[in-house]
Amino acid sequence: MNEEVVTTAVRTAVSGTKMAFGDAMVDAVLGYLVVFIGLTLLMCVVIIAGKIMVSKAKEKKAVSAPAPAAPAPAAAPAVPKEKAPGSAGEVKIYDTDPRDAAMIMAIVADKLQKPLNELRFVSIKEVK
Amino acid sequence: MLQSLANLVTESGFANILTSGDGWKNLIMIAIACVLLYLGIKKQYEPLLMVGIAMGCLLANVSALSKSDALYHQALWDAFLQEGGEFYHDYGHILAHGGLIDILYIGVKAGIYPCLIFIGIGAMTDFGPLISNPKSLLLGAAAQFGVFFAFLGANLLGFTGNQAASIGIIGGADGPTAILTTTKLAPELLGPIAVAAYSYMALIPMIQPPLMKALTTEKERKVKMEQLREVSKTEKIIFPIIVTIFIVLLLPSTAPLIGCLMFGNLLKESGVTERLSDVAQNALMNIVTLFLGISVGATMVGSNFLNVQTIYIVVLGLIAFSFSTIGGLLVGKLMYKLSGGKINPLIGSAGVSAVPMAARVSQKVGQKENPSNFLLMHAMGPNVAGVIGSAIAAGFLMSVFGG
Repeated sequence: MNEEVVTTAVRTAVSGTKMAFGDAMVDAVLGYLVVFIGLTLLMCVVIIAGKIMVSKAKEKKAVSAPAPAAPAPAAAPAVPKEKAPGSAGEVKIYDTDPRDAAMIMAIVADKLQKPLNELRFVSIKEVK
Repeated sequence: MLQSLANLVTESGFANILTSGDGWKNLIMIAIACVLLYLGIKKQYEPLLMVGIAMGCLLANVSALSKSDALYHQALWDAFLQEGGEFYHDYGHILAHGGLIDILYIGVKAGIYPCLIFIGIGAMTDFGPLISNPKSLLLGAAAQFGVFFAFLGANLLGFTGNQAASIGIIGGADGPTAILTTTKLAPELLGPIAVAAYSYMALIPMIQPPLMKALTTEKERKVKMEQLREVSKTEKIIFPIIVTIFIVLLLPSTAPLIGCLMFGNLLKESGVTERLSDVAQNALMNIVTLFLGISVGATMVGSNFLNVQTIYIVVLGLIAFSFSTIGGLLVGKLMYKLSGGKINPLIGSAGVSAVPMAARVSQKVGQKENPSNFLLMHAMGPNVAGVIGSAIAAGFLMSVFGG
């Protein structure tokens, strides 16, 4: 194959041309600014979108909540659900099997060397 | 018979070590490939790519020594890159004369593999922590500092603008982005840049903690952050659409990376394309990683790799990673002050992309100071913001130097 000749001819080839340090500095500052401005604008868009979504969710919740009805005379007062002995609050579980959640809480308690009922777990969510 | 034996000996790769001019370089590269295999297999440094890169390097150099045309032809690619030459950018020539690795390498050259990997990364990424705390995007931006710092350093060391841009992007700590940018701007540096990028990504647990401790106080490291708000399914579906429209309109050259990343994420979040999401996360990702690793490794032929430039790239890569970490930490400290001590600056270092390794490092360093501190979810925000940030930095560099 006659490409052997080509190989030696282009092996030292480089892409682009050398640039003055001043020009490189301008490009570097400009590039960093573009990244910052781009992500700052995106942050504003995400914040606005988030606020719209949260307010819509609140509206939806308010609409779906039942209108206050006249109290039924015969209705017995709601009895608060009894917690397991020694519990410190309730934990919200997202995308996690309750058995896994229980194991995680036990491991954390063991690592911290603290009894489980002295710890307060707020939520457990699977990181995908 | 003696003549046949003599021919066999003179044509063997062992004889070429001594007789061929670049034979000793190929021999050193074979040793380097073995070291990379050791790091990948024994030390588990980014093994999914490192093993492929090392094996590609081994095969390319063994083939060069034995003058075998079976797998990879450096000469074909040199002719492909020779501007004004008969075979300049002629894929047909590669397909007609190339071996297996040459044909796989077309996917790197055409920028296909990095984009396909980004679809897989998108399908595996949960942008929830970023959506619930959009300020994380600032940390992702700050942690691109190393990209531009290393770009300046490379310029001072005599690299061309295109090469300096490709070296700088190592600081984005994102392998596919580094490969795509280098393929477009300075393909002759692909081997050393890919190896430097993936090696340093694997070394993040060693590179970042000393910088994190040096730049933050004990009080700052102990800060416990408030729990993130819950993000709705609708928000997660809308996010990739918003980012695609907004970022690609802002910087069109980011389209291949941002578009594919967000496409993959939409497959995951939409909830109606579970099969596609599963393929993107597993089968597609594995196949592309396999092809990418071996074909990038094959560019590490002794005659191209063993030079002073490679040493400079390795050093500049470390500088890029370090300064990206510093940039993230400094803005993290600023946010700590402005928020009245509510933000732990350690999450700033996670802005250097490298998902989820950098976030895990923030969690580990934070928990060392305060065992009841859980920073992982807070650090995931800047971490995924870093992926978007490095894609924007790459898009900027490609639009400035690619034209």
